[in-house]
Amino acid sequence: MSKQIEIKDLNIYYGNFLAVEGVDLTVRANSVMSFIGPSGCGKSTVLRCINRMHEVIPGARAEGAVRLDGENIYGLNVDPVLVRRTIGMVFQRPNPFPTMSIYENVVAGLRLEKSKGVKRNLDEVVESSLRGANLWEEVKDRLKKPGAGLSGGQQQRLCIARAIAVEPQVLLMDEPCSALDPISTLAIEDLIRELRERYTIIIVTHNMQQASRVSDMTAFFNLAAVGKPGKLIEVGPTQQIFTNPQEKQTEDYISGRFG
Amino acid sequence: MSVVEVQEVEAAGHLTGRRLPKWGTPTLAGGALLIGLLVQLTGWTVIGLAPGVVAAVVFLLGQAIASLVVEGRRHAKDRIATTLIYATFVVALTPLLWILLTVLAKGLSVFNWTFFTSTMRNVSPRQPGGGILHAFLGTLEQVGIATLVSVPVGILAAIYLVEFGKGRLKFWISFFVDVMTGVPSIVAGLFIYTALILTGILQQSGFAAALALCILMIPVVIRSSEEMLKIVPNDLREAALALGVPKWKVILRIVVPTAISGLITGAMLAVARVAGETAPLLLTTFLAQDINLNAFNGSQTSLPTFIWDQISRGTAASVNRAWGAALALILFILIIYAAARILAARFAPKSR
Repeated sequence: MSKQIEIKDLNIYYGNFLAVEGVDLTVRANSVMSFIGPSGCGKSTVLRCINRMHEVIPGARAEGAVRLDGENIYGLNVDPVLVRRTIGMVFQRPNPFPTMSIYENVVAGLRLEKSKGVKRNLDEVVESSLRGANLWEEVKDRLKKPGAGLSGGQQQRLCIARAIAVEPQVLLMDEPCSALDPISTLAIEDLIRELRERYTIIIVTHNMQQASRVSDMTAFFNLAAVGKPGKLIEVGPTQQIFTNPQEKQTEDYISGRFG
Repeated sequence: MSVVEVQEVEAAGHLTGRRLPKWGTPTLAGGALLIGLLVQLTGWTVIGLAPGVVAAVVFLLGQAIASLVVEGRRHAKDRIATTLIYATFVVALTPLLWILLTVLAKGLSVFNWTFFTSTMRNVSPRQPGGGILHAFLGTLEQVGIATLVSVPVGILAAIYLVEFGKGRLKFWISFFVDVMTGVPSIVAGLFIYTALILTGILQQSGFAAALALCILMIPVVIRSSEEMLKIVPNDLREAALALGVPKWKVILRIVVPTAISGLITGAMLAVARVAGETAPLLLTTFLAQDINLNAFNGSQTSLPTFIWDQISRGTAASVNRAWGAALALILFILIIYAAARILAARFAPKSR
């Protein structure tokens, strides 16, 4: 059960500094959208606004609307904790909990939020989540070992397993492969294509080949100059963005003639 | 030097340089010690310097000159720096070892079973014998109460400062913690004495002493816990928040367990720091010659005040008892340090 994301007139601030201006964007349910653009253009910032992780940074805030199947997550009385349970996130650097075993890492989200009521069989959740993250075969014999003992690529897939164990409807990925080798990257890209069946996925990437391989839609962000706010320049089907972009900036960026 | 070696040096080209031979440093050190010994034996002093210092200076200069001639400036500077670093290490360690050896030598003479199982009841200052049981129990009780109060308060305050605090309130709490860290221990004792004992709220008791120790302990626990919580990577907090875990659970289940070994070490070091305090205890609980298990009523002796008491009596027997108690106190603190290390290692996050 995945949901559609609709971003309306989103302005994002760090303190008084306007970091990203006027984003309007729709991500269909069960599709993969990638955010591309140069460093500092606000891709990750926009991504973090979609599950209200942006406001965790002191002084950071966002104005505008992000609608999850029509419901504004920035509306009155919306609990950010509940938003984050619905919209999961995978970070740039693998960050398994160092005090927990592989098993405990996967079920951490479930164990730490008891209010979900239904007591699910944790063993089943662990197996299905690890299978979902393509990690089950590699770790099934050492589930009680610390998660920090895995390789970087395995840790990242463990983090994906941990994110999907709480059954979110949307999955946000912030450069999930930037710290990984090509083989691990391939494993995660395969995974993204599989996860698309069940989730709406938004992925930030610096790798344009990756964007063209995994995503249905692509959004290009850019900023006029350092110190100016980042803006959404163009959004469209990935095929079109990479072969026939409408904007000159997009064309310059994807063809490497940037600036 | 054999022919073969010379060829090797030439073959290696400009990347090799001449070095002092391996036996150079020991020979120089031996020579320097010999000169030091000579100074000692002849009683001849160089501008009043002690023989050991003369030997160190001779070694430092001799090696520097030899190195400058054979190896060049960079190696000479390296050798001077190395020698100075080792020398300061020896200077720092000497008093510590000296104290330990003196306390061991003097304290062990009174160590026996009765010393640990009896009190000073009905033992006159001139009489040998008697023991430290009452003082040891007093220390356990006072430090125990102080720990029970200070560690939770300190850790909670540190959690506030790291996880929630912002703006002015955080600044002022931080500021006063810094100020309190520098409060002399006798001031803490005087404060409890004037604020609680002279006003009749408490009488002189182990509990009053524990409160004085709390004043010394809380800032230490806050500072060490704060540092430990700060080094928990922000990634972990964000990962947990992004799973939809409420903030208080993130702190309780992710941040604190990750930092737990450091928190334990910090708390134990704070315990060890206050276990040797004397001045605040003299003002708040004074002395007793027998066991007083009630921390809320009447005077209690502790190991530091026991030492003070016995030394001030000045007889051979009592001074010996003071050395014995000093050794017992050092062993007690050593055991706390060891326990801290073991506990910290057990709770530290593992990767295998």
